[in-house]
Amino acid sequence: MKKYLTAIGLEAHVQLKTRSKMFCGCSTEYGAEPNTHVCPVCLGYPGVLPVMNEEAIRLTVITGLMIGCQISRYSKFDRKSYFYPDMPKNYQISQYDKPLCAGGSIVINVDGVEKTVDITRIHLEEDVGKNMDFRDASGIDFNRAGIPLMEIVSEPVLTSPEEAYSYLQALKLILLYAGVSNCNLEDGNVRCDVNCSVRPTGQLELGTKTEIKNLNTFKGVLNALKYETNRQIDVVESGGKIQMETRRWDVDAGVTTAMRSKEEAHDYRYFPEPDLMPVAIAEKSIQKWKDELPESPLCRHKRFVADYHIPEYDAGVLVADRLVADFFDAAANVSSNPKAVSNWVMTEVMRLISEKKVCISDACVTPQALAELIELVDKGIINMPAAREVFEIMFRKGGDPKRIVDEKGISQVNDMEVIKRFIEQAIAENPESVSDYHSGKKAAAKFIIGQVMRLSKGKANPLIVTELLEKQLAGRN
Amino acid sequence: MQMDVKGITIRQALNFLEQGKCSSKELVAELIRVIGECDGDIGAYLAVDEEYALDQAVLADTIREQGGKGKLLGVPIAIKDILNIRGQPCTCASRILDGYISPYDATVIALLRKEGAVFLGRTNMDEFAMGGSTENSAYKITRNPHDLDCVPGGSSGGSAAAVAAGEAVAALGSDTGGSIRQPAAFCGCVGVKPSYGRVSRYGLVAFASSLDQIGPITKDVYDAALMLEVMSGHDNKDSTSVDMPVPDYNVLLKKDLKGMKLGLPREYFVDGMDGDVRDNVLLAVEQCRSLGAEIIDTSLPHTEYAIATYYIIATAEASANLARFDGVRYGRRAENVENVLELYGKTRAQGFGPEVKRRIILGTYVLSGGYYEAYYQCGQKARTLIRGDFERVFQQCDALLTPTTPTAAFGLGEKTKDPLKMYLGDIFTATANLAGICGISVPCGVTKKGLPVGLQVLGPPFKEEDILRVAYAYEQSVK
Amino acid sequence: MSDRDKIDAGKMDVAYVARLARLHLSEDEITTLQSQLDQIIGYVKKIDQLDLSGIEPTSHAWPVQNIFRKDDVMPGIDHESIMTNAPSQISGQFCVPRIIE
Repeated sequence: MKKYLTAIGLEAHVQLKTRSKMFCGCSTEYGAEPNTHVCPVCLGYPGVLPVMNEEAIRLTVITGLMIGCQISRYSKFDRKSYFYPDMPKNYQISQYDKPLCAGGSIVINVDGVEKTVDITRIHLEEDVGKNMDFRDASGIDFNRAGIPLMEIVSEPVLTSPEEAYSYLQALKLILLYAGVSNCNLEDGNVRCDVNCSVRPTGQLELGTKTEIKNLNTFKGVLNALKYETNRQIDVVESGGKIQMETRRWDVDAGVTTAMRSKEEAHDYRYFPEPDLMPVAIAEKSIQKWKDELPESPLCRHKRFVADYHIPEYDAGVLVADRLVADFFDAAANVSSNPKAVSNWVMTEVMRLISEKKVCISDACVTPQALAELIELVDKGIINMPAAREVFEIMFRKGGDPKRIVDEKGISQVNDMEVIKRFIEQAIAENPESVSDYHSGKKAAAKFIIGQVMRLSKGKANPLIVTELLEKQLAGRN
Repeated sequence: MQMDVKGITIRQALNFLEQGKCSSKELVAELIRVIGECDGDIGAYLAVDEEYALDQAVLADTIREQGGKGKLLGVPIAIKDILNIRGQPCTCASRILDGYISPYDATVIALLRKEGAVFLGRTNMDEFAMGGSTENSAYKITRNPHDLDCVPGGSSGGSAAAVAAGEAVAALGSDTGGSIRQPAAFCGCVGVKPSYGRVSRYGLVAFASSLDQIGPITKDVYDAALMLEVMSGHDNKDSTSVDMPVPDYNVLLKKDLKGMKLGLPREYFVDGMDGDVRDNVLLAVEQCRSLGAEIIDTSLPHTEYAIATYYIIATAEASANLARFDGVRYGRRAENVENVLELYGKTRAQGFGPEVKRRIILGTYVLSGGYYEAYYQCGQKARTLIRGDFERVFQQCDALLTPTTPTAAFGLGEKTKDPLKMYLGDIFTATANLAGICGISVPCGVTKKGLPVGLQVLGPPFKEEDILRVAYAYEQSVK
Repeated sequence: MSDRDKIDAGKMDVAYVARLARLHLSEDEITTLQSQLDQIIGYVKKIDQLDLSGIEPTSHAWPVQNIFRKDDVMPGIDHESIMTNAPSQISGQFCVPRIIE
């Protein structure tokens, strides 16, 4: 039994997929020149006022529905005051006591064990700008300021860094399925604050927690938590006390360090944002969004296993990419051999999309075509190498597998007489291999089979070739 | 050109312009001459951009020549320096906005511009609209045109003084706790605080977001009605602006008050108020009775808590609203700062005046940990009670008659050492902002010293037509 | 200490609040403000006399709900005109003293 228990809670700040910012019409596009996607509103100019982006509210509620939250009948925005150069108004418009969503849960799977992680709340807020260090000054770019951020807060129920990692992956998948965020980590679409504490096994009450802020990769979360939990255990082991503090993750050094203790006290002075009116989403809208909700990754996973009888492992791989899963689903649905579809998708499809750096939706092959191709293989009309060739053609140019097989003349040769002639020719041309075989080197048969395939231009049915060759060689003995 | 430019109203100016008796350019040039002559004594303006004003006037004249129309075409208006005008400074009479040039028009500015108004200059005010005497301006003091040793009131003191001194045909002000009505009363002008949500606040530098409204300061009620109609209406840039039709206010003005029930809230006629003010207001009440109004004795029992409530809510909101002035993106920045903390601390210490600092501290305090419930939340609840008082009385009467202020204009420097005393002067005006109702101050006589007294007419939310009607009938009857 | 106790104790720590508000005040200013604000707070405490139990707070004088805008991109303002207002800039960004976390 472990000597210490760990409790981890996560706050994930997710950039929502809106065209314009939370409270003004500036573009949310990533990568523009500094301070070019700004206006008086998101720069906090004197006299400006915020107006809520309806789509940001909708996307947050959809997220809430996806994870089974209660959608608030009455929600409001508040001002959270603190001074920081990347904050245009020196207060952030956020939600304090009336978030849009509360409750809900996410199911994670660590080493085959399922666990339900409770969600505390989801609220909506505006992002801040970005600072960049120069030699002896910092520069602020406000392009990101005002982009809608959804903050998803979990209960401190995760018990290991691995669980936290798995939680983030599950969360990301849900967000991608819901279509609410691009979850592009490189663009800073998901940033996490994590809190963790350790306590001796058997103790119910949680230990003193520390917070690590602004982690922008999932690996960073994993590594920072691994380091931090070990550090805390070391402190406790050596008789020390954990300080409640905010720490930062130094990726290069692989350590967490206490943030320079704030010279000024923290007091956010929340109060209701007088410039915005409360939000009360109509039951009708919620019902409509509920009806249109996409299937969750978890439901899909379960359905794939149940309906298509594919292994858990396959389902996990397929569901991890919504578009790939869509493709598989459509193909498996019309195929009599869903396991073969799964194999094809996990090998050929994934290989080609990664090689060609495209989305499955950009490829020309249709799910129906893949199902038909598998049927051709299953009926023995073509062999696997030929099928792969056909698939690559369909991936690039589309088309009907049967027609491609006909055009290329690559349908399999199953005619025993024809195959016999190829075998005889191969034996005649390779007497040494034959005598090797007879002297006990059974592997020599593989070479002869290869020669038969070569002579048949790859079209001979390998099963028939193997069977006939064995008979032939045995007969000669 | 034969006209008394100092006394000219919007209506008269429009008549002159329509009849071709003068051009907007001549009108503006003449006002600039008057400003040159008088403003040294009065100090109503922070800046008059002559070229900018004349360019707009020439444009208005051209539009008129070409048959174009506009409800304020060619009429010069003075603008309180708290409203953003594209390409112009907007200092809020604060050092901290030194050097700031606005890149956008406030919605009211855009609306006035659309109707052809000419922006004559930016008027002085209490810094960030915090004060009741215009003595809190970082740049200059403004004197009351009726007595140069007296304050013009505030915070829109520059606007009221400019209109009273004839240095502008009309002006815009803003009112958070009386900042339009009180200076209008002190300077003998008409001033309207519209219902909360009637006029868009977009482009008005926020003092207390849930209380602020922009309104006109004019020479008579007709002008106020005309201005208000142009300024009012829903704006999708201001989530708190209310989508309600804007009546044709001028058409609804009548010379009598038949069928109107007017309430006299007894809490607004208290011991210790100036006798001259009380006498003049009570005379005005009698006048309203003689015009056909039924006068009803009423009560607003929570009035005595209004100032406490107001200073909690207004300063709390202000402390957040003024946090953006930090020297990072615009305005003035302190020199020789070593780090970010110093950048903020010094910039704000040097940029804000004493009254603004006082209110920021008070507002920060009432929101801070452990005090929020005791102060801010209680303030919001008290606000509910004050609002409830008005809801009740407006079930009995169409409007209320009160003095605008407990005293007439006081002497320069008289209250600067005692901020609480200054705050208590808002007692009759701040309630309207807390309740979100509309109010107007209309001149009603003078004190023995010859200082103007204001009659305040308060009406239910979005019933501006009623208070304008009362003010108009009264004004016309005593003309 | 309960909120009510604090409000009774009632003395504001001006220096602390000034730090929260990012105002570098001189000793003289703090002294003056302390006495003025003590007086003002003393007055403001008047609202303690009200029975506020069961009263809903008012945030907005005219309550409406769900005021939204469509998710449409609108042109911002040109980079030049915002940078003209910047007290200090570096490479198209607003310049501040080096931020140390």
